[in-house]
Amino acid sequence: MVHYLGGRLWQSIVLLLLVSVIGFALLHLAPGGPLSQFTLTPGMTQAQMTHLAAQMGLDRPLPIQYLDWLWHLLQGDWGRSYRDNRPVAQVIFGHLGATLLLMVSGMAISLSIGVYVGIKSAINRGSFFDYMTTVGSMIALSIPTFWFGLIAIYLFSVKLGWLPAGNMYTIGNGSLLDYARHLILPASVLGLVDVATWSRYMRTATLEVIHQDFVRTARAKGLSHGRILRRHVIGNALLPMVTLAGMQLPAMLGGALVAETVFTWPGMGRLFRDSLGYSDYPVVMGLLMFSAILVLVGSLVTDLLAAVIDPRIRLG
Amino acid sequence: MTDRPLGSFATLSRRQALTLLGATAASVALAAHAGSAAAAMPKTVKGQLTIAFSQEPTVFNPHLLHIEVDEGIHFSIFNPLFGIDENGKFTPALALDVPTVENGGISADGLHWHVKLRDDVQWHDGKPFTAEDVKFTLELLVDPAFRSWRRAGHDLVRDLTVVSPTEITWRLEKPYAPYASILASTFIVPKHAFDGVADKNNASFNNAPIGTGPYKWAERVAGDHILLTANTDYFGAGPHLEQVIYKYVPDLTVLYTQFKTGDVDVTGLQWITPDHYDEAKTLPGKIVQVVPGATIESLTFNMERPQFKELAVRQALYAALDKATIIEALYYGLPKPAESYMPQESFYYNPDLPKHVFDLDKAKALLDGAGWKPGADGIRAKNGIKLSFTNSTTAGNHIREQVQQYIQQNLKSIGIEMTISNLPPAVMWGDYWMLSKFDSVIVGLDFVTGDPDTSDFFLSGASPAKGGGGQNTWQYVNPEVDKLLMQGASSFKPEERKVAYLKIQELIRADLPFLPMFQFATVRGRAQDVKGFTPNVNTRIDSWNIGDWSRG
Repeated sequence: MVHYLGGRLWQSIVLLLLVSVIGFALLHLAPGGPLSQFTLTPGMTQAQMTHLAAQMGLDRPLPIQYLDWLWHLLQGDWGRSYRDNRPVAQVIFGHLGATLLLMVSGMAISLSIGVYVGIKSAINRGSFFDYMTTVGSMIALSIPTFWFGLIAIYLFSVKLGWLPAGNMYTIGNGSLLDYARHLILPASVLGLVDVATWSRYMRTATLEVIHQDFVRTARAKGLSHGRILRRHVIGNALLPMVTLAGMQLPAMLGGALVAETVFTWPGMGRLFRDSLGYSDYPVVMGLLMFSAILVLVGSLVTDLLAAVIDPRIRLG
Repeated sequence: MTDRPLGSFATLSRRQALTLLGATAASVALAAHAGSAAAAMPKTVKGQLTIAFSQEPTVFNPHLLHIEVDEGIHFSIFNPLFGIDENGKFTPALALDVPTVENGGISADGLHWHVKLRDDVQWHDGKPFTAEDVKFTLELLVDPAFRSWRRAGHDLVRDLTVVSPTEITWRLEKPYAPYASILASTFIVPKHAFDGVADKNNASFNNAPIGTGPYKWAERVAGDHILLTANTDYFGAGPHLEQVIYKYVPDLTVLYTQFKTGDVDVTGLQWITPDHYDEAKTLPGKIVQVVPGATIESLTFNMERPQFKELAVRQALYAALDKATIIEALYYGLPKPAESYMPQESFYYNPDLPKHVFDLDKAKALLDGAGWKPGADGIRAKNGIKLSFTNSTTAGNHIREQVQQYIQQNLKSIGIEMTISNLPPAVMWGDYWMLSKFDSVIVGLDFVTGDPDTSDFFLSGASPAKGGGGQNTWQYVNPEVDKLLMQGASSFKPEERKVAYLKIQELIRADLPFLPMFQFATVRGRAQDVKGFTPNVNTRIDSWNIGDWSRG
């Protein structure tokens, strides 16, 4: 086990280095740069631009800039945002909570509905319900989140006035109930779009398990339908879901971008988009490394978890 | 709506120079008086207001590199020595009066400045405001280690001397009239907030600013909003609101929806999109208003290209430009046609320029007369030079793309070939624009925002492609304009300056280094009970007078 973890750690470091080099190069080679937005500021001169570039270290050769960034990172210094003047780690973690809240709620909705629908349509394969959910899933998958969100806002906020048209909470209120009211629309929109994905996976996984020998044996033993489902089918069918959920972890960071924009939710997706727009190199690199680490940790955790849940899997 | 190059902005005040002269020693004194009278009265603040921006304000030290939207916060928290109002007049803020030649604040040669300050102003943390703070601010702006947003103008200041806590003097290296407008956008910051701070770029002040203005910093939730509360010790009139919230709403459709639902009281930068104007007008409980901005949309030439060297060609292109259809069909009739680079609200605007007439036959006649004859392919040519060029703008700006296609059609019908070649913003407005690598461009520019000086755009030495430092990207050269620009910038008498600037507009209208299309106007919305909202073409942001705003 220790040997296994050591190997994974080594792999991870190499991967992270690769990601950082490629990310850094791509980011800096893109035209524009953090100062281009200021060229037309009143009174700005070419001399001052040059001076600013030197102050910010942007005039140095790219490999030197990279090594400098890496050296600081290794010492735990993620740099400072150009746009915001705050330490990068502080900027990123400031947006993490909002994204986690939205994604976890959205995932809870999509997972619970998706798993339920998936199992039900698997055991009633070919039924009206199965047919309807298949069609429904396809429709839900093809609806753009942006449009879906606007329609939801139009319906529930503008027309009916039941729910707020966005924002994470009412400024100056911030009670749990207030957060909850604001969460309903974005989490539902985000969750419902994903129901399709989860229910399709769950349906396939359940179908596979249902046809296994041990299920037939259980049935032959005379176990009730419900007991077979609970004791033998669902547990086994959920196994691949754990892996999938683990792989979803990094997607959670960027996946909510559209929902965050429509519902003015101050999360990481928007931070990433804005930082890219302003060429805020330290923040973009920070987000890149942060999500790369999440991917690696996510896949490690799923592998470990799979081994725990399923004794047939042995690591090392 | 205009994706003008990056941030076309400007500084402050063009018209200020006007006042500089002091058209109004009397009214200034009056205003100062009114200010102190108001200060003595107890403040009643009530209600809260939410202003939405589609970009997030993130720079709170007004002297660090920043963009337009950040100034919304600066105007709420800080004061300049004097500001500039919607009529282009300077109004005293931290200064007791606006220095002019008449009142002795500026010496007759424009070199020596003497500013008297109010003695009743406190910083939000209770410390008194003094001349030391003014000195610190002007020094910070040119501090080589500081990431200053604007050095030009401030770098002319010499012998900065604190005479007493309420008096400061300095000398300018050369007479420079635009300095008054620059000062009108220079917010004074507290010296004590930087005591012992080694790196002023990363001072804690930058994320928790302390000012003298009508509102105090309360809270920022990054990516979401900034909350300010009333400064009840404010020295001027106002504030009238208990709280002001600046909300970041990144999508303009969402911003408009939140305005409809009442989550947003005032639509800030980038306001209501033109396609929503018709519906917005009918919203109950809202005031929706079309407000002209300083941005002038033009079709700009690279004058060094052989096709454009001849005046007759530029005149023919202007005659072939169907402005009215572009404005009506593509811009919902909002913008006003323009003949000048100067906003029509400006004191220096020249209303007597010849009016453009769309006339394809006249365009053809001009070209025929100048010897540009159609070749076998139908495209006109002269001495081996084809009347064919590319036109570029920001890729993804759909309205502009339609404008280009429409112009392309019209030009084709008179034997001119225009090819469209658009680029992403960072490429378009980088070296491609600055170093004049284009044939022609469609661009919205703020040529002036307070002071009428446009040396950066029209001085023959201001073309970066020829090693100059400004933004004369059309590479325009006219010695008479050069002379007038120098004259205008060194005179401190608005009437005298006006003569020069009217003439410059006339010369540029005749030379046509760019074809002026229209002056942008944008749709601003606010809840009916919001009082005090006053559009000001001399500033970059609607909340420039937030201290006067109230509800109910």
